[in-house]
Amino acid sequence: MTALLSLQAVTRTFKVKRQSIKAVDDVSFDIGAGEVMCLVGESGCGKTTTGKMIAGLLAPTSGEIRFQGANIATLSGETYKRYRLGVQMIHQDPYASLNPAHTVFETLADPLQFHRLTTGLADTRARVRELLTQVNLTPPEDFLDKYPHQLSGGQRQRVSIARALTVRPAFIVADEAVASVDTSIRISLLGTLAELQKRMGLGVLFITHDLALAKFFAWEGRIGVMYLGHIVELGPARQVIDQPQHPYTKVLLSAIPEADPDALGQKERLRLRSDDVPSLLRLPSGCAFHPRCPWFDGETCENIVPRLTPLRNGSAVACHPVTRADASDSAVATRDNGLGSVSAGAGG
Amino acid sequence: MPELPTLAVQNLSIDYRTRRGFVQAVRNVSFEVYPGEALALIGESGSGKTTMGTSIVRLLPSSAVVKGGRIVYRRGTTHESSQPHQLELDTLRLDDKQLRAFRWRECAMVFQGSLNAFNPVLRICDQFADTSKAHGGPQGKALEERGKTLLNLVRLDPGRAWSAYPHELSGGMRQRVLLALSLLMTPQLLILDEPTTALDVLTQRSIMDVLRDLRSRLNFSMIFISHDLALAAELADRVATAYAGRIIEIGSTRRVFALPRHPYTRGLIRAVPTLRTDKESLASIPGTPPDLVHLPTGCKFHPRCTFATEQCRQEDPPIEAVSDDARHEVACWHAFVPPPSATPAALGVMGGEAR
Repeated sequence: MTALLSLQAVTRTFKVKRQSIKAVDDVSFDIGAGEVMCLVGESGCGKTTTGKMIAGLLAPTSGEIRFQGANIATLSGETYKRYRLGVQMIHQDPYASLNPAHTVFETLADPLQFHRLTTGLADTRARVRELLTQVNLTPPEDFLDKYPHQLSGGQRQRVSIARALTVRPAFIVADEAVASVDTSIRISLLGTLAELQKRMGLGVLFITHDLALAKFFAWEGRIGVMYLGHIVELGPARQVIDQPQHPYTKVLLSAIPEADPDALGQKERLRLRSDDVPSLLRLPSGCAFHPRCPWFDGETCENIVPRLTPLRNGSAVACHPVTRADASDSAVATRDNGLGSVSAGAGG
Repeated sequence: MPELPTLAVQNLSIDYRTRRGFVQAVRNVSFEVYPGEALALIGESGSGKTTMGTSIVRLLPSSAVVKGGRIVYRRGTTHESSQPHQLELDTLRLDDKQLRAFRWRECAMVFQGSLNAFNPVLRICDQFADTSKAHGGPQGKALEERGKTLLNLVRLDPGRAWSAYPHELSGGMRQRVLLALSLLMTPQLLILDEPTTALDVLTQRSIMDVLRDLRSRLNFSMIFISHDLALAAELADRVATAYAGRIIEIGSTRRVFALPRHPYTRGLIRAVPTLRTDKESLASIPGTPPDLVHLPTGCKFHPRCTFATEQCRQEDPPIEAVSDDARHEVACWHAFVPPPSATPAALGVMGGEAR
């Protein structure tokens, strides 16, 4: 079966003052229909650029993105339209992404009428009402004639979600979709998105800088951790959170503050060799993480870019020391008839 | 605590004039900060936490009207400040000259958005010199020595940072320079307004480590304003929760997080996912924060509260000590009371519903 979306060696460079920076470098992964995947990383790691390329808002510099098996760069006419409708995006800031001069009804009715998804005003009204109910803006009559400035941040973001759903997409790119919403209502917004995902069988790429949110949203799905344009770890959410393998993932997880004074003492702390993130203009050679990596291992790390390599626990990691350890463990494991593999997931 | 508080805010009320009417940003707020103590002020946007902070150093915008209250600042002889004598003053009643002497020498503030806090055309060393000149600090070689010591304390390379322009430093480095600058005149009280917001997780971690380190070395009092409960839990000795311009719960960090008494604090803790919480225990608080121009009657939280009764709709509850801890105060008619046998561990932070 072909994946719904497939990224193959996707790279994107930007020109900045006659220099070029690689925002996304050789990223490959598949997402199946109805699957949830989270991209996590700090600012500048390329997660938003990746999302925009999937939504067709940016073209890759090299590599290809396939939607239902077809390279999106080669699509035209009907097939292109099917892709554009099939993949929708929810942006970070609902203050900027909704037209302030359009009422909620107009915002939602426009795509329905343009794409002839409804026939006649009565049909459109019914569908808009249905959409508003789906995103828990009830009763819908209260919201139809409101302008964005009359809504709270959470309500606006719900309208954004409803708008993405108007064209019945198969896939949604949600770029920091809840970051701008007050903490006390963030979870219910995220819950709505998760429920819609399940009910409609949507594929979702959820982009966030917050690993705790990623855990909450993608528990059944996968998490990909990005660092300076590369995916450094990719695996089932439980695996990445509970048994992180890449040193960067470990550092990220250990850096997250806990709202529980007792839990703090028990956290394993990994020390970075350097606090400063290298500039994208002067990327380190070899593994981009090597100048900060607590497990830095000499020449190999300095010179050879590690490839995303599957480990035996189900995750894939781009790190020389980790893959080497996994491979040697595996050699031991084979010799010991499987007994040695107990140590495989250690380190969490 | 037998000591006198470093800072005592008493019945403070502040409004903002807007075209829609008066925004009641701070309503009858009282709290204390004791010597060497770190108090975290947590709340969502619009809870009044920043207004509470900026009023202490009198940096309120011109549309603000202080309707009443006192902010009493004290310094004993124990603090190794640049001025050894004792001091007690009401910051709301200082004239310009006194205010200048108060700011930075007694109390410094660190803002979020460190790029805006610096003059972009001055090197870091010139920013230090400006501040030092304005507040009667060292000059020349003595200043450079002091400045570089401070930069070292915040884990920056003094050689590089001292003569750099603000744009040459990363966000996390600038925030640390700002921290160093705030400590230039050895203030006894430091106010930090969302010092790590907009910074990445790892940068935030290094700032938090620096802060903890500074506190243990320099022993200043601190007010830490944040919307992030986890950061507060990590850094503060006591936590105050702000909602709609009031402090609705205040107590030691351990107690507030283990046994939050106010439904809003309980809700806020349950609304923030962490790596340890499981999905089922998470829940948002229904509704949205209130409009500060047209506040609801009675308890301002009642429209969002699942325990609201007629009394809550009529009367705003006073903030009072809970029965079993005089230093844990709550403003709620139905403050959660744990069953007598339950220990915090058995009850769990996110555990059992209030009845």
